[in-house]
Amino acid sequence: MNRPFYRLANVKQIYNGRAVLDVENLAVERGEILAIVGPSGAGKSTLLRLLNFLETPTEGEIVFDGTPIPRDPPLDLIRRATTVFQRPMLLNRSVRDNVSFGLSLRNIAPDGRVADVLNRVGLAGMETAAARELSGGEMQRVALARALVIRPDALLLDEPTANLDPYNVGLIESIVREQNESQGTTIVMVTHNVFQARRLAHRVGLLLNGNLIELSPTAEFFDSPRDPRAAVFARGEMAY
Amino acid sequence: MFGDLLPIILLSLYVSGAALIIAAIIGVPLGAGMALKPLPGQRLVDLIIYTGMGLPPVVVGLAVYLLLSRSGPIGFLNWLFTPSAMITAQVIIALPLVIGLTSSAVQAVDPALRLQVRALGATPAQVMRTVLWEAKAGVTAAIVAAFGGIISEVGAVMLVGGNIEGSTRVLTTAIVLETRQGNFGLALALGVVLLTFAFASNFVLLRLPGRRS
Repeated sequence: MNRPFYRLANVKQIYNGRAVLDVENLAVERGEILAIVGPSGAGKSTLLRLLNFLETPTEGEIVFDGTPIPRDPPLDLIRRATTVFQRPMLLNRSVRDNVSFGLSLRNIAPDGRVADVLNRVGLAGMETAAARELSGGEMQRVALARALVIRPDALLLDEPTANLDPYNVGLIESIVREQNESQGTTIVMVTHNVFQARRLAHRVGLLLNGNLIELSPTAEFFDSPRDPRAAVFARGEMAY
Repeated sequence: MFGDLLPIILLSLYVSGAALIIAAIIGVPLGAGMALKPLPGQRLVDLIIYTGMGLPPVVVGLAVYLLLSRSGPIGFLNWLFTPSAMITAQVIIALPLVIGLTSSAVQAVDPALRLQVRALGATPAQVMRTVLWEAKAGVTAAIVAAFGGIISEVGAVMLVGGNIEGSTRVLTTAIVLETRQGNFGLALALGVVLLTFAFASNFVLLRLPGRRS
């Protein structure tokens, strides 16, 4: 059996005395798309920050590709994962400078990588445009390109299409799917949108109040969830 | 007349330029560091910095005078009535301005952007450089404001420099002297040069990216 790409054991994240995340056990398989759904405040974004090593858990252990993550993770490990957030958070620079930003951090020459990735996200020829003057959908595609160009082993998506129109949602979903299928990138995506989870993910987990109360293959999550709260959520009834 | 003015102008630029460079080298990273990683007791530090931003230059001059006087703790440097003393005083005047305004500019950068930069694999030093670049209009404003403050300052340089002709006489102290002596033409000419520096520094400020043209 393949070892999981991420393994979380008894991970707790406590802010101001309150546990915002309390995950007993979570294994993310190599090359899968795992969607984590749940209402606001469920701990979804906290989970992603832990998976990107931007925070250290208060308790518990995270193992990444077989390596237990120390309190002060080494840079080469941190650089194997990256996150695309809900807001594109672009730098006040050109599209090219934004997309090549992660490469410049790593002292990697962009060569043709920037043009290639811009082509993939449908922004070919936009290299010199001011990134912050693009439309919302275009900005988010620049943010996605900026993540893809560094060829991460783990791509973490934090509500990446929450504010976008259906055209851009479809485009971003197809890029994400293609990245997973062609590059084998492990993708963990958090979303409010259960329908998006159903369209993209191999497995879906439901976080409620920081607890992972359901984690199953996508079809099972939607057709025969074990937890009644997951059934309500899977029907798109935002009861929580 | 220009022959009389030139050494004064050059000394003014040398003293204030050197003070500004030193204040920027120390103050920009400190201001950015304070904004990115607040210290324990940061409120007290902020209070000290903000008080420093309003320090009366003549009080700074007095303190530097006492420090550098023959019986002062660093009197052995023999800097009193030299450009080095004037630079020291101007660094002390400029530093809180550079630190405080840089810190405000960096704090104005969206914290989520910092998180994004870290998520893309930046080291702490790379995060600081990136955030400073994003805040470059504010950081440049800090440096320009500090330059404006020290080039036009008279009390401190008069006290610690002594306004010695050919040695420590700068634009502001020369204006005071020439006015007292009734040489209003020369005083006005010096005033015009000083105003030109102020205009030039503000011109740079207003031409910065991100500001309305």
